[in-house]
Amino acid sequence: MYVTRTFELPPSASSSVREELQFLPPSKLTVESVSKTFKTRTGPVQALDKVSLQVGEGEFVCLVGASGCGKSTLLNIIAGLEKPDSGTVTADGLRVLEPGRERLVMFQESALFPWLDVLGNVLFGLKMKPHLSNKDRKQVARYYLELVGLTRFERSNIHELSGGMKQRVALARALAPNPRMLLMDEPFAALDALTREQLYGDLQQIWESRRKTIIFVTHNVREAACLGDRVLLFSPHPGRIREEFLIKLPRQRDINSTALAEYASRIMASLKGFKENNGEVAE
Amino acid sequence: MKRFFLSLLFFAGLLLLWEAVVRMHIWSPVLLPAPIKVVEYLKSAAADGTLWQAIVVTLKRLLLGYAIGLIGGVPLGLLTARWNVLHDTIGTLALGLQTLPSVCWVPLALLWFGQSEAAMLFVVVMGTLWSVVIATDTGVRHVPPIYRRAALTMGSKNLHIWLRVILPAALPFIVSGMKQGWAFAWRSLMAAEIFVTILSGFGLGQLLHYGRELNAMDQVIAIMFVIVLIGLLADKTFFAPVERFLHRRWGTSQEAA
Ligand SMILES: Nc1ncnc2c1ncn2[C@@H]1O[C@H](COP(=O)(O)OP(=O)(O)O)[C@@H](O)[C@H]1O
Ligand SMILES: [Mg+2]
Repeated sequence: MYVTRTFELPPSASSSVREELQFLPPSKLTVESVSKTFKTRTGPVQALDKVSLQVGEGEFVCLVGASGCGKSTLLNIIAGLEKPDSGTVTADGLRVLEPGRERLVMFQESALFPWLDVLGNVLFGLKMKPHLSNKDRKQVARYYLELVGLTRFERSNIHELSGGMKQRVALARALAPNPRMLLMDEPFAALDALTREQLYGDLQQIWESRRKTIIFVTHNVREAACLGDRVLLFSPHPGRIREEFLIKLPRQRDINSTALAEYASRIMASLKGFKENNGEVAE
Repeated sequence: MKRFFLSLLFFAGLLLLWEAVVRMHIWSPVLLPAPIKVVEYLKSAAADGTLWQAIVVTLKRLLLGYAIGLIGGVPLGLLTARWNVLHDTIGTLALGLQTLPSVCWVPLALLWFGQSEAAMLFVVVMGTLWSVVIATDTGVRHVPPIYRRAALTMGSKNLHIWLRVILPAALPFIVSGMKQGWAFAWRSLMAAEIFVTILSGFGLGQLLHYGRELNAMDQVIAIMFVIVLIGLLADKTFFAPVERFLHRRWGTSQEAA
């Protein structure tokens, strides 16, 4: 289902809609020696140990590591959904203390609201922008639905969509409030390879056209090499960032290209090198 | 359409069977009157107004009590789901009282409120309230936490989350609790009306009671028929459409057509 996308505003768009769809400068993020330990029944689990990282404006950074090495925890802390035991997260010079719509999260399961239809889901975040009229909000929502190629499905119920379509709606919903940063936690992990490939193309295209900072968590090294400007490697127990790869390949990248496969195998080799436990990483 | 005619045929058949049994004179006509007698009673009761009055009196009690039960029950359920202290106290109380057949409230209501409208209302409220509290509490506890997290990142907070995310997410549970509450309230009100005569108004239950006193089987059957009809009507006009909507939205429908 390849759709040709037009990224222009609808001609009927009012000035407030145009303003809402304006490009906001993408975020800059600093994470400074963040640690987090969970208390579990079997004892404390150190999920993150003094993790630091910097993400530049408009950068696409991938976090890769075996499952259980603290990637989701880090992403949740960056989102403000969880508090670190120590260390700080700073976005554009401000401490992150709570979640906010400048940094929207996309989860592995779509987390779409089943009591709303597709349009209602995309509208959810926009409803909290008081300066927009309902008509404006609809226009903005439709713009993003067009961006992900789902205009025809705006009245569909969530359960009627395929897995790939659900994640597209989730992407539109995350984009709609015009965040300056997107945090994506293995958003494509549950999809089949073919659908995933399409979404790699779409996501790169959207990233270029909407200029967001993106932090993308995955356990799939090919996916990381395909999407990231930079790939950060996590080691488990405790979660630490151990290595960094710059991916110097031109966009749009094709997941099946040989140059990309080379990067992927180098990343994989590194990951295997510091595997302490029984982590699973997909190539 | 085909299904409609099929059910029409079924009920016509049932009526014929009834008429046939009457004509075989197995039971005395005092115990089993002919369908036409029942219709005649309904006609006369409708003509002199007793039937409409009884329906209005009963529905007024039912709807008022039910509304109070809902208005109290949903927020109470939200509170018990939100704070464990309330869950362990009020929640446990609700669970206990819900297992009590709601008819059991009638003696207490009579002693507390005397033979008054308040007693009737109390019985209906007790029938509704606890089911709704428990269903709301359970519903909220079944809301996947990821909905809350997603809403938080989109800038939703506190009360907004409760009204726009948690409440709608719990709706399937709440509606089934509302349905159960309705059934309990309806049953307990009928029991109360049969038990006690309240001078402020004769409800359907009282008509049923006097039917028995007078050995007027046509009246008894006719009123039972009306009670069934009201129950069906409530289901078809209110609960069924709501449930259909929920099934369609959530994708939980088993129905083919
Ligand atoms: N809420 C929690 N309670 C207890 N332990 C947790 C919790 N969240 C994560 N953990 C533990 O922290 C570690 C890191 O988890 P997570 O960040 O989800 O890893 P990843 O996303 O890389 O798979 C795991 O060992 C996990 O069991
Ligand atoms: Mg994870």
